[in-house]
Amino acid sequence: MIYLQLFWAFFIANTLGYGGGPPSIPLIQNEVVDVYGWMSVQEFGEVLAVANALPSPIGTKLAGYIGYQVAGVPGAAVALIATVAPTAIAMILLLQFIHLFRKAPQVKAMTQSVRPVVTVLLGTLTYQFLLGAVEGIGWMQTGILSVASFLLLETWKVHPALVIIVAMAYGFFFIG
Amino acid sequence: MVYWQLFVAFFRIGIFGFGGGPTMVPLFHTECVKKYKWVTDDDFADNLALGNALPGPIATKLAAYIGYRVKGWKGALVANIAVVMPVVLLMIGLLQVIYRYKDAPGVYGMIQAIGPVIAVMTGVMTWEFLQKGWQGASTKTGASISLALSVLALIVLDLHPGLVVGIALLFSFAYTTWSIRKRKKKDSEEGAA
Repeated sequence: MIYLQLFWAFFIANTLGYGGGPPSIPLIQNEVVDVYGWMSVQEFGEVLAVANALPSPIGTKLAGYIGYQVAGVPGAAVALIATVAPTAIAMILLLQFIHLFRKAPQVKAMTQSVRPVVTVLLGTLTYQFLLGAVEGIGWMQTGILSVASFLLLETWKVHPALVIIVAMAYGFFFIG
Repeated sequence: MVYWQLFVAFFRIGIFGFGGGPTMVPLFHTECVKKYKWVTDDDFADNLALGNALPGPIATKLAAYIGYRVKGWKGALVANIAVVMPVVLLMIGLLQVIYRYKDAPGVYGMIQAIGPVIAVMTGVMTWEFLQKGWQGASTKTGASISLALSVLALIVLDLHPGLVVGIALLFSFAYTTWSIRKRKKKDSEEGAA
């Protein structure tokens, strides 16, 4: 039963997450946190942060880790299969019809249509993460860390992995 | 031997692909077109076009197709395992270590400090999607209406996000197909007249 749920959760989130990684993040969060309650939104944020610090696609990292947390190695396998297999198989089977897809205006329209929805979903997620941070460590520390990480990431283009390590070091000395 | 090459190539792509999907595409090109010559430039462009038309991570779709071209379904499996597994194991290992020591002094603060950083990261993503949606829209009125509808559906009505995305995809697909048909019909009528 748990395997069916895992499969369904990751299948839905990745199939509807049209246009790559970021659109699938709030959809995975919705299944994992809101629908099945496998973890809290804070825990999801921590997992997402670590995933962002590592290479390769975000979808498979989240599936592998959350599947493992929920139901061990078989859980990780099921969540990964649900993420990868349907579109991988579709890719192989559909390639002979490539002329139908090349520059299809539908693709552009579909990618565009998802954007406002993803904006609202990611915005909501951001708000939840901020709220959780304020509850955990207060306005002061949340403010310092937010401003600092924004400057590091966006102004000085520091690698996300390094920013997370710096934040953790700060937390070790000034929050823990 | 070929399986080993597939494994090594996709392993490298997986562990060096910082930044996820789109940033990994040049790595695929380097390994599969330039280095091992498994697919031609044209083939690769076709793969990418189809990959972008389908949902799900781009890296695993490319790995599946190129692996399949080289060694059939087994090749697709090997390529996907190589691109996905190393980093998944790293991820599980890293989080296990962090959570095992979460009650140790200092570690609580380390975990808590991640919160604002991830909020900033998703905040930046939100802003990027807002911009892309605004710039990509054919009319600004349309962009505002679709954003307002998204707020209504997701926040006010609290509908399942998958459902909302599904409706958006279905509607845009149907509408684009319909307007192409209409234009073609009009063109052929004008041609006949």
